[in-house]
Amino acid sequence: MDLGGINPAVLIASLMVASVPIMLAALGELVVEKAGVLNLGVEGMMIIGAVMGFAVAVNTGSPLAGFLGGAAGGAILSLVFALLTQYLLANQVATGLALTLFGLGLSSLIGQGYVGIRPPLTGALPFGPLADIPVIGRILFRHDWMVYFSLLMVAATWAVLKFTRIGLILRAVGENHDAAHALGYKVRRIRVLAICFGGAMAGLGGAYVSLIRVPQWTDGITSGAGWIALAIVVFASWKPWRVLLGAYLFGGITVLQLNLQAAGARIPVEYLSMSPYLITILVLVIMSSGRGRIAAAAPAALGKNFHASR
Amino acid sequence: MLRLEKRASPSRAWGMATPLLAVVLTMIAGGIMFAILGKNPVEAIRTIFWDPLFNPQFAAYSRPQLLVKAGPLILIAVGLSLGFRAGIWNIGAEGQYIVGAITGAAVGLAFYPTEAWFIFPLMVISGAIGGLLWAMIPAVLRTAFRTNEILVSLLLVYVAQSLLSSMALGALRNPQGGGFPGSRNLSQYPAAANPELIAGTGMHWGVVAAFIAVIFAYILLQRHMLGFSIRLAGQAPRAARYAGVSPTRLVILCLGISGALAGLAGLFEVSGPAGQISIDFASGYGFTAIIVAFLGRLNPVGILLAGLLMALTYIGGELAQFMLGLPAAAIQAFQGMLLFFLLAVDLLSNYRIRLGGAK
Repeated sequence: MDLGGINPAVLIASLMVASVPIMLAALGELVVEKAGVLNLGVEGMMIIGAVMGFAVAVNTGSPLAGFLGGAAGGAILSLVFALLTQYLLANQVATGLALTLFGLGLSSLIGQGYVGIRPPLTGALPFGPLADIPVIGRILFRHDWMVYFSLLMVAATWAVLKFTRIGLILRAVGENHDAAHALGYKVRRIRVLAICFGGAMAGLGGAYVSLIRVPQWTDGITSGAGWIALAIVVFASWKPWRVLLGAYLFGGITVLQLNLQAAGARIPVEYLSMSPYLITILVLVIMSSGRGRIAAAAPAALGKNFHASR
Repeated sequence: MLRLEKRASPSRAWGMATPLLAVVLTMIAGGIMFAILGKNPVEAIRTIFWDPLFNPQFAAYSRPQLLVKAGPLILIAVGLSLGFRAGIWNIGAEGQYIVGAITGAAVGLAFYPTEAWFIFPLMVISGAIGGLLWAMIPAVLRTAFRTNEILVSLLLVYVAQSLLSSMALGALRNPQGGGFPGSRNLSQYPAAANPELIAGTGMHWGVVAAFIAVIFAYILLQRHMLGFSIRLAGQAPRAARYAGVSPTRLVILCLGISGALAGLAGLFEVSGPAGQISIDFASGYGFTAIIVAFLGRLNPVGILLAGLLMALTYIGGELAQFMLGLPAAAIQAFQGMLLFFLLAVDLLSNYRIRLGGAK
C-alpha cells in the first residue's frame, strides 16, 4: 500500500467536491424540517434531479441549464409530496418512501437514452494567480462555481433562518402549527414553499452528482446520498453550519476510502465502500445518545400533519 | 369550496374500496405513461394484468411464477406491517433479506457435498437468525440510544449490498466456478435445495412459509395481547404507555419479527428461484414489500392479495418488456405510482369531503 501517493491538499480539495451534493440536499431538507415537515424522499428527488440535470445539459450543451433543469425536476417531484401530505393529509413517512421508490423507477426510465454519454464539462472558476498559490490555491481556488455556491447557500440559509421575518415564521410553523395558524399564518402555503425549496436543493445536489462528480448517467447513481443527507440534518441538530461540518466529514470519508482503494489497501474494496454508511450510523448514534439530546433540538411539529378544523 | 371533515373512526367501506380505487387510478396514470412511451396503453395494461394469467400462450409459464414472486413479497410485507402499525418503520427489509440469504446459504455451503436431512432446516433457521440479527442493529440502537430506526435500517441496506458482493467475490465463491463471481448453485445440491413442491404451481417452501406467516399474523393481531398492544401503540401511543405497553419491547419484537421473516424470504429465494449468492441477487423485494404492506392496508389477508397483485405486475412487466419492448424501469415507476395513489385515496377513509365553506 502506498499512502505516500495521497497528497493532503488534493485530498481536501476533492473532499470539498465530494461533499457538495449532500450539503445541498441536506440544507434543503433542513429548511423543510424546520417548517415541521419530514420528507424522506430526498433520495428520490436527488436522483430525478440527477437525470433531469443530465438530460437538459446534454440536450442544450449548457451545464447551467442542466443545473436549473435538475432543480426544477426535484422541485416538481417534491410538489407531489406537498400535494399528498399537505392537502390529502397522507402519512409523511410513507409518502417520502413512495417518492424515493417512484423517483428511482422514473429516473432510470428517463435516463435510458443517456447511458454512456459524457455531459458538457463545467470548468473551474478563473481565480487567476490565486489558483497558483501553493497548497491553499489548490484547496480553495480551483473549484467549479457550484462548490462556492453551496457554501454561499449555507450562509444564506443560516442568515435567513436566524435573522429574517420569513425565517421566524418558518420556524414558528415548524414548532407549533396550531399557534402559527391562530396568528393568521398560512401554515399549508408556507410548508408547500419549504417542501418545494427542499426539492429544488435536492435536485441541484443530484445534478451535481451526474454532471460534475461522476460525470455520467448510470441507474441509481446517487447510491444513498439522499439518505445520508437526511442523517446529516439530524447530525447537524438542525443548524446550517453544522450541515457544512457533517457534509465535509462525510465527503472526507468518501474521498479517503476511494483513495485507499486506489492505493491498493489490504482491506477489500467492498468493506471500504461500506465505511461511509457505517460511519454515518455511528455518528447518528453518538449524536442521539450524548449530552446534546437531539430530541430537544428537533422542530416540535416535525412529521405531524396539520388539519385546520376551524 | 371543498372542505375536509375528520371522521370519528375510519370508514370500513372506504377501507376496502380505496385499494381497488388506487389500482384503477394507477392503471389510468400508468396507461398515460405507457402512451407517452409510444406504446398502446390498453395493450400494455392487458399484457401486464391479463395475459400472464389467461393468455393460453403464456399462462403455462406465467401462472407458477405468480407464487414464486408473491412468496417473498408476502413474507416480508407481513413482517413489515406489524411494525408499521405500531409506528416502527423498518424500511431496511432489503438488507435483512440479503443477510438472511447469505447466512442461510453459508450454512448450506459449509456442508457441501454432504447429503443429510437436517441441512435444509438448519439453513432455514440460520437464514431467519441472520435477518433477525441484522434487524436487531437498528432495534438496539433505537432502544439504547434513541437513534432513528428509519435511517439506520435503510443505511444498512447499502452495507448489506457491499457485504453481498464481497461474499459473491470472496468467501462464498464457487471454488469450481472458474473464477467467476457467485457461489455454488444451491438448487442443484439436493440437501440444500428449495424445490418446487407441486409441479407446475410454483409452490416452494417460501410460499408455504408466507401462507403460515399470514395466518399467524392474523391470529396475532385479532386474538393476541401482543397484537392488541401493537395496534394500540400505533393508534394511541400515550394510551398504550399508560396501559403498560413497553415501547422497548415493542421495537425489539416488531423489528425482530420483520427481520426474521425478511431473512427467511432471502434464504428461500437463494436456495430456490435464484439458486446462488451472486452480485445481482438483491432484486428489490424488500422495497416493493413496503408497497405491498400498504396496498394490503397492513392487514394480513389484504397483504396476501396485494402480494399476488404486485407479483402479477412483475411477471406482466417482464412479459410487456418481451412483447412490447416496454422498459423494465417503467414497471418500477408504475409500482411507485401505485403507492402514491394509495396514500392519496386513503384520505377518503379518514375524512369526509363536504361541499361549502366552514360552518
